[in-house]
Amino acid sequence: MMSIRNLHARVDDKPILKGINLEISAGEIHAIMGPNGSGKSTLSSVLAGRDEYEVTNGEVIYQDQNLLELEPEERAWAGLFLSFQYPVEIPGVKNVYLLKAAVNAVREHRGLPELKAADFLKLVREKLKIMQMSESFLHRNVNEGFSGGEKKRNEILQMQLLEPKLALLDETDSGLDVDALRIVGEGINLMRTPDRSVLLVTHYQRLLDIVKPDFVHVLIDGQIKLSGDFSLAQRLEKEGYEGIELA
Amino acid sequence: MSNQEIDQLVDQDYKYGFVTDIESDTLPPGLNEDVIREISRRKKEPEWLLEWRLEAYQKWLQMTPPDWAHVNYPPIDFQSISYFSAPKKQGDGPQSLDDVDPVLIETYNKLGIPLEEQKLLAGVAVDVIFDSVSVVTTFKENLHKAGVVFCPLSEAVHSHPELVKKHLGSIISQNDNYYAALNSAVFSDGSFVYIPKGVRCPMELSTYFRINEQNTGQFERTLIIAEEGSHVSYLEGCTAPQRDENQLHAAVVELVAETDAEIKYSTVQNWFAGDDEGKGGIYNFVTKRGECRGARSKISWTQLETGSAITWKYPSCILVGADSVGEFFSVAVAGKKQQADTGTKMIHIGPRTRSTIISKGISTARGQNTYRGLVKVLPGAVDARNFTQCDSLLIGDQCGAHTFPYVEAEEPSAQLEHEATTSKVSEDQLFYLRTRGMTEEDALNMVVNGFCKEVFQKLPMEFAVEAEALLGITLEGAVG
Repeated sequence: MMSIRNLHARVDDKPILKGINLEISAGEIHAIMGPNGSGKSTLSSVLAGRDEYEVTNGEVIYQDQNLLELEPEERAWAGLFLSFQYPVEIPGVKNVYLLKAAVNAVREHRGLPELKAADFLKLVREKLKIMQMSESFLHRNVNEGFSGGEKKRNEILQMQLLEPKLALLDETDSGLDVDALRIVGEGINLMRTPDRSVLLVTHYQRLLDIVKPDFVHVLIDGQIKLSGDFSLAQRLEKEGYEGIELA
Repeated sequence: MSNQEIDQLVDQDYKYGFVTDIESDTLPPGLNEDVIREISRRKKEPEWLLEWRLEAYQKWLQMTPPDWAHVNYPPIDFQSISYFSAPKKQGDGPQSLDDVDPVLIETYNKLGIPLEEQKLLAGVAVDVIFDSVSVVTTFKENLHKAGVVFCPLSEAVHSHPELVKKHLGSIISQNDNYYAALNSAVFSDGSFVYIPKGVRCPMELSTYFRINEQNTGQFERTLIIAEEGSHVSYLEGCTAPQRDENQLHAAVVELVAETDAEIKYSTVQNWFAGDDEGKGGIYNFVTKRGECRGARSKISWTQLETGSAITWKYPSCILVGADSVGEFFSVAVAGKKQQADTGTKMIHIGPRTRSTIISKGISTARGQNTYRGLVKVLPGAVDARNFTQCDSLLIGDQCGAHTFPYVEAEEPSAQLEHEATTSKVSEDQLFYLRTRGMTEEDALNMVVNGFCKEVFQKLPMEFAVEAEALLGITLEGAVG
């Protein structure tokens, strides 16, 4: 699905990623854990195509394409999805309008016919139910006045509508209370299929208890210092990152 | 045209004088009393109107061009302008769409304008059998049945002289301002609308239906009278960019709303904005004002201003009648090297009068956008209320947004609220939408349309859809 090879990136001349190597195969869930400032969010931003990050070395091959050459929207058309750590407010734009535009933009580039309003509403209602969101969400402005938990649920709702091949979830668990965490986690689990991969970026183990990853990687100072299975996450929870750094 | 050439032309004019046996289509450049007499003669106007024009001309001579607006342009040589053009005849314009600037055609196609209408807008001579002729005829019959008068002002001077005489210049006096005075002296033509007592105009009145009747020229003058309890919605302009050779446009629009009457006036202005350096663009210096004369009357201005090199325009309401309401909803875009200085005046005179101002200014490229507004509450306007909201959106870092809100409250019971924001389209917003599959331009359009939504909601339905499309085209190339 995706190979990250020796990826280096910097922002304003400050190196953040210092040689990341990662292989993600179809159907796998990978978790990237690490302390603040280790480069977790930078990694997901670079993969999604944010242009304030400059890639100085390395490459990313996504489904036989050079991912780093694609515009952010081209990456979305190719099946990449980024759930934002801080979802952005778009004043005056109704959520339903964004959702429909996004679904149809992606469908168009996957050779699918445009979803008509009625069909779209049927689909979105189905997904709202899964995320335990009320229909009023559709008529509120995108992320405006949403609570932290509502924003994150809205991100996962978008993911379910866009049906990505590879989902990058950046700190999706931050700002969630226990109930919201469960809803979001189960929402992610529902998306698990043999041909869909997920890269979870997180601080804590708690989301991983619901969404069990196949692999856990520890990112420290721009490099993956340690990889393992789910037990690594449990170890981190007990020992903290400092133990790893010393190891 | 060089000064020398202009001097030569002016000399020629004097040499031959203006009274000539040969009826040419266009008067030579220049402005003096003889020119005004000639305009009036060719339009076969009554004596009183000629006198009125001459009076305005004398006042104009005493005035100087306004310099307070936040716009810059070289002084206009009023003697180099021709003040009369006969209505365009078949065969004057391009002979087919092949002769029209391909950029214009591309824009028409993007707006989804049918071929026949494209010809009309581009000034191509159209065939006698033209789809909309029957539409126009039906339209006129329906209006006639309702008792609504909707015709060129030059026609109304003859068909409804008393109404024109009574109201012309009653809201905007001859010497209201420099360009209004010039318009009063030389106005070409425009719309006249009369809605009788208690009549709800059965359809939106659109200048669109008038396009093929005549070329209204650069000094348009419109007069709308809504009698007691009547209602009318008037649409001016067109989303499609219009071809025009005249650089200076100085229009005057006067509205009168009697007791319980309501006038909704919507404008989409998309005159040529000039090239990237602002060359060749239209100067649009407009005076628009409505008087809520009767109790509980209402005047609502909605505008989308995307065109012109310079826009200088303040649609205003004089709230005389008790409980009358004035509204101003505006989206003004300044891109390229455009300069827009626009806003409104709300003058509260009657008790419990209310006004709402929502202004959305968008600046991109090297555009300069200025909101200038006055809310004035006179003594006796007990419990008058105003709410003003001015939002500016900046795209890029070479443009500017300026806000000049003036408030003069002389009535202690008045309540005035003012809110203003300035924001930039953020990289975060664009990136967020792009990761959802939208192109950079679609993303920008979505953000900008969201910003304008409160105003677009006030436009009549079909107009609102076109307005969104137009905004998209206007902003093309604003990012990236």
